[in-house]
Amino acid sequence: MSEQEAEGHQVAPAQEVGDFLRLRREQIAQRWADAALFRTVFTVSRDEAVEAGRAVVEALAAVAAAERLEDPEADGFNVVRDQLARTAASRSRAGSTNSQISTEVDALRPPVLELLVADLSARGEEHVRECTTALTVLMGTLRMVVLETLLTAGQELIERQRLQLLEVATPVIKLWEGIVAVPLIGTLDSARSQVVMETLLDSIVEQHARFAILDITGVPTVDSLVAQHLMKTVAAARLMGAECIVSGIRPAIAQTIVHLGIDLGTVMTRASLADALAYALRQQGADIVAHVPDGAGPR
Amino acid sequence: MQTAGGLSACLPITSDLDLVWVRQHVRQAAAQLGFGLVAQTKLVTAASELARNTLVHGGGGQMECAPVNRGGVRGLRLTFSDEGPGIADLDQALRDGYTSAEGLGMGLGGARRLVHEFDIDSSPGRGTTVTVASWVSAPPRPREER
Ligand SMILES: Nc1ncnc2c1ncn2[C@@H]1O[C@H](COP(=O)(O)OP(=O)(O)O)[C@@H](O)[C@H]1O
Ligand SMILES: [Mg+2]
Repeated sequence: MSEQEAEGHQVAPAQEVGDFLRLRREQIAQRWADAALFRTVFTVSRDEAVEAGRAVVEALAAVAAAERLEDPEADGFNVVRDQLARTAASRSRAGSTNSQISTEVDALRPPVLELLVADLSARGEEHVRECTTALTVLMGTLRMVVLETLLTAGQELIERQRLQLLEVATPVIKLWEGIVAVPLIGTLDSARSQVVMETLLDSIVEQHARFAILDITGVPTVDSLVAQHLMKTVAAARLMGAECIVSGIRPAIAQTIVHLGIDLGTVMTRASLADALAYALRQQGADIVAHVPDGAGPR
Repeated sequence: MQTAGGLSACLPITSDLDLVWVRQHVRQAAAQLGFGLVAQTKLVTAASELARNTLVHGGGGQMECAPVNRGGVRGLRLTFSDEGPGIADLDQALRDGYTSAEGLGMGLGGARRLVHEFDIDSSPGRGTTVTVASWVSAPPRPREER
């Protein structure tokens, strides 16, 4: 700022640009309503496009007045960040790449620049140059804000997909006539537990299963929520006429459950999936005999 | 932000996914300090209960994790804090089976049994802070901490 004062201008270019934006808000919003970024998003009514443009101009004016031209975190942007995010996301969904969206944001600059130059025509060339530079910097920052919202949206998408993957990875396996099993792997938080319960109950019906084995060998932590989900699943399976067996409770987890104070007494448990299967088979009347090859051949 | 040391960290608790990071961090830190498998599992499970309370009852917050050393015995201290509604009746909240939501009501009492030291500081309107510590071997007497 002191540099600018030294150059002898009464008003810093950023302030001048801020004043200009506030003064010309309507004209700029009108012009932007016809620019690709706004026109393609607000297809239903042009008024909405103008309204959206107005909000962005106001935000830019605030950022300029605060002399934070290069700061995407400037307070002024906060007001329109959501709106910009929705606009960009909408372009993204319509198939635009990030660089196409970036170009569309760039396309907002020329109409404003034109107005600015016209307004400042009476002023010195040097001042006009400084103001257009300030506006160009500001519009570059706007582009950065828009692109940041796209990146954030991308990260959220990846996270969602990761979670979906977790939820999908719950295959119910038919082990034997009337016996199904789900090997549970990873985190068993609410959302996923719900999916596990539903898929298991569905397959009990489909397979006419009398036994359902929930193997938790791959579940790293059994806290009270996980235990509650297990108990709910067992109770629901019972209502469907199937007996549920929880297998694969590792010794460290068994001890922890006891300290936690949770009573799994109503739940049938077996050390391993093999033990659980053997139990279910026996209940169905099948005999399990260890076959020891004795060199006498198959008969 | 996680510090370069690895054991010390301050992790946000604002979503289900954050609970996964909390558990992973505590497990790794405990393993690194030399906690046995059962001790690790107990501490991670306590952390899971407390972090979920921070998220569900406290409306979100954070966990600070710091290695501690008392009389030459190494341990891990976990501090869960939120600025949620707080707890009006601590005895009731700690009672096994008490839940104001639809939980099992075993989280607070269970976590207390799973760690060596347990401290809860809460008052209505100011939020809740639960601090727990566990030690690699038998817990040393409190005054020897340094
Ligand atoms: N961080 C917290 N903020 C506010 N209330 C809490 C917090 N932690 C626990 N509580 C209260 O204590 C009760 C018991 O907690 P807990 O034993 O973990 O059981 P649950 O989470 O299953 O309800 C909760 O239902 C809640 O009312
Ligand atoms: Mg709880």
